[in-house]
Amino acid sequence: MPETQPILETTPIPETRKILLEVKDLTMDFGGLRAVDAVSLNICAGEIVALIGPNGAGKTTFFNCVTGIYKPTGGDVLVHPPEKKTQKINGFKPNRVTTIGMARTFQNIRLFQNMTVLENVMIGRHCRTTTNIVGAIFRGSTTKRQEQETIDICYDLLEKVGLVEFADEFAKNLPYGAQRRLEIARAMATDPFLLLLDEPAAGMNPQETKALDELIVRICNTEQIAILLIEHDMKLVMNISQRIYVMEYGKEIAQGTPADIRSNPKVIEAYLGEDTDA
Amino acid sequence: MVDNFKRSFLVALWFVFLTFPLMVVKVNTLKNIVEWRWINMLWVAIGAFVLSLVWRWAMARRQLKSKAAEIGEEGLVKPGLGQRLLEDPKVFKPVLIVLALVTIVFPLLVDIYQTNIMVLALIFVVLGLGLNITVGLAGLLDLGYVAFFAVGAYTYGVLNTFWGFGFWISLPIGGLMGALFGIALGFPILRLRGDYLAIVTLGFGSIAKIVIENWEEVFNGAKGIAGIPRPGFFGAEMNIASATTYTYYLMILMVLFTIFITNRLKDSRIGRAWMALREDEIACVAMGVDMARTKLSAYAFGAFWAGLVGVVFAARNTYINPNSFTFMESALVLSIVVMGGMGSIIGVIIAALVLILMPEYLRAFSEYRMLMFGAVMVLMMIFRPEGLIANVRRKYAGRTVKTEEANA
Ligand SMILES: Nc1ncnc2c1ncn2[C@@H]1O[C@H](COP(=O)(O)OP(=O)(O)OP(=O)(O)O)[C@@H](O)[C@H]1O
Ligand SMILES: [Mg+2]
Repeated sequence: MPETQPILETTPIPETRKILLEVKDLTMDFGGLRAVDAVSLNICAGEIVALIGPNGAGKTTFFNCVTGIYKPTGGDVLVHPPEKKTQKINGFKPNRVTTIGMARTFQNIRLFQNMTVLENVMIGRHCRTTTNIVGAIFRGSTTKRQEQETIDICYDLLEKVGLVEFADEFAKNLPYGAQRRLEIARAMATDPFLLLLDEPAAGMNPQETKALDELIVRICNTEQIAILLIEHDMKLVMNISQRIYVMEYGKEIAQGTPADIRSNPKVIEAYLGEDTDA
Repeated sequence: MVDNFKRSFLVALWFVFLTFPLMVVKVNTLKNIVEWRWINMLWVAIGAFVLSLVWRWAMARRQLKSKAAEIGEEGLVKPGLGQRLLEDPKVFKPVLIVLALVTIVFPLLVDIYQTNIMVLALIFVVLGLGLNITVGLAGLLDLGYVAFFAVGAYTYGVLNTFWGFGFWISLPIGGLMGALFGIALGFPILRLRGDYLAIVTLGFGSIAKIVIENWEEVFNGAKGIAGIPRPGFFGAEMNIASATTYTYYLMILMVLFTIFITNRLKDSRIGRAWMALREDEIACVAMGVDMARTKLSAYAFGAFWAGLVGVVFAARNTYINPNSFTFMESALVLSIVVMGGMGSIIGVIIAALVLILMPEYLRAFSEYRMLMFGAVMVLMMIFRPEGLIANVRRKYAGRTVKTEEANA
């Protein structure tokens, strides 16, 4: 895509910051449909980056490729975990991607409905704990300590997202907004350095959205977790993200600071007449 | 209400019409006349009318319930009576003590025949608990579960006839062989779901039986293996009566052992991963759970118990042949799990006892066994999809005091 090249060069990536995720020319075909077409994207430590675009632009597909749900048809996904060596992760299984340190939430909430809120978060700790079948049967002191540690960490996380009072409730009984926050807590339980949020504000009312807005910023600042978020709520996107990537029909059509994006003619055109929340 | 009566009346008429040729008309070929049994028509009408009314009433109740649940009025949707009883320690403790006493004195009160049936029921309790791990906890359908049972039984049979292995050595080997075959089945079906999973596991069950039937040299084919020794007790000589009693106590211990182990696993990192896999496979792997390992462990662990009690089964019968390991047995165990409540241990025990003992004691019904299973399954799916005893949600111990202070 030669015409987007100039915009790419003006990207204000702060030189001092360490790149965490580097996606180069990622392409994903479904049969004849090219859902993601040579999209490149970088995320640095401490950043909140937004990925926006009209419905069907390929944003979720992009997430699925990065997190290993789909194997991309082309391009590279490189991760540079803090204090570890760089890895090319195309085609890795989702659980390996998560273990490396990138956790996600889902656009259509995918909680473990018939498990309690606490248990949902505890699943997030799975890849950071080691109890095996033998340990579980004998339940020795190591196992007990690990279990208690897990519970403690999960309660702390529930506190951070404001769900402690629901800890023993089934996930399916939570109100919608709370379910979205639970997904965030569950993803955070995997100790990620990058959190990928797919439309976290979808279906939330304005107050909930505002609280979510604060929560995301807090996660980024106090937990040192970088955030890549897909969102249709333009107010939220413009408020909290440092950089924005815009996709349309699988292609990356623009990127830059919120101010750049707001005045970008291509973006305006893409959204014009589109029935979005923008 | 009037509407209900009217509709039930119509249903009754319809049934009378449908069953007319069967129930009323009878051609007597000897005398060459047609008998008209009008009275049968009345019975059909009354039966259909009453059943239809009961059905309508139950449906209405169910709708009320789900409406209440939708509105979220927790107070209206009380947990079932059984559940409330189980949660109340005042009721729970004495019940447990009485049950324990009855269990202990049971073989002294009844004859060998009944003890023997009880042993069979207990074997199915363990089978149910085992399959409950695969189906109830991990959500992986397995229609060929009886294959692992056969693996256990034949492990003992073969080891005994060829090398004279005793019961106690064969027991763990049988279990491990079951687990091994569980993994062997698990590998090819890691990626399958739903219908495909059902078909492949069904096929696996049939293959196991066919192999046993046709491999004469090792398994003695359809003739089966006879003269398998009963469980030994430090080489003590036992007559049939005491051997049966001994097997009974052995099975009681085995059931307790199974409950203990499955409970431990259920409340562990592994058990939670199994449940997460059942709830949402994609979310589960996206949260860092290794799907292959979790699925294989669920299959292996479920199959382990089948292999283990397979050995006991061979020892109890002293004779095994392929006909003990048909699809019917798989279906039976699956019914136990479904009826008992996916993931609920007490529910599975009750269901196993009911489904095994009922046909034994109500001989009149045993011919209609499969019919009744079918009816029970359909009714369960409609009225209590969560099983007799719904899986209670687990509450975890709170945070350690240290963090609580830190947060206060
Ligand atoms: N598994 C799949 N198989 C075939 N086509 C798919 C698949 N997943 C997505 N698509 C197609 O890829 C395109 C991009 O879909 P995607 O879900 O990524 O859009 P999106 O940007 O997330 O949209 P939205 O804002 O509505 O969530 C759509 O045309 C969609 O139909
Ligand atoms: Mg999407």
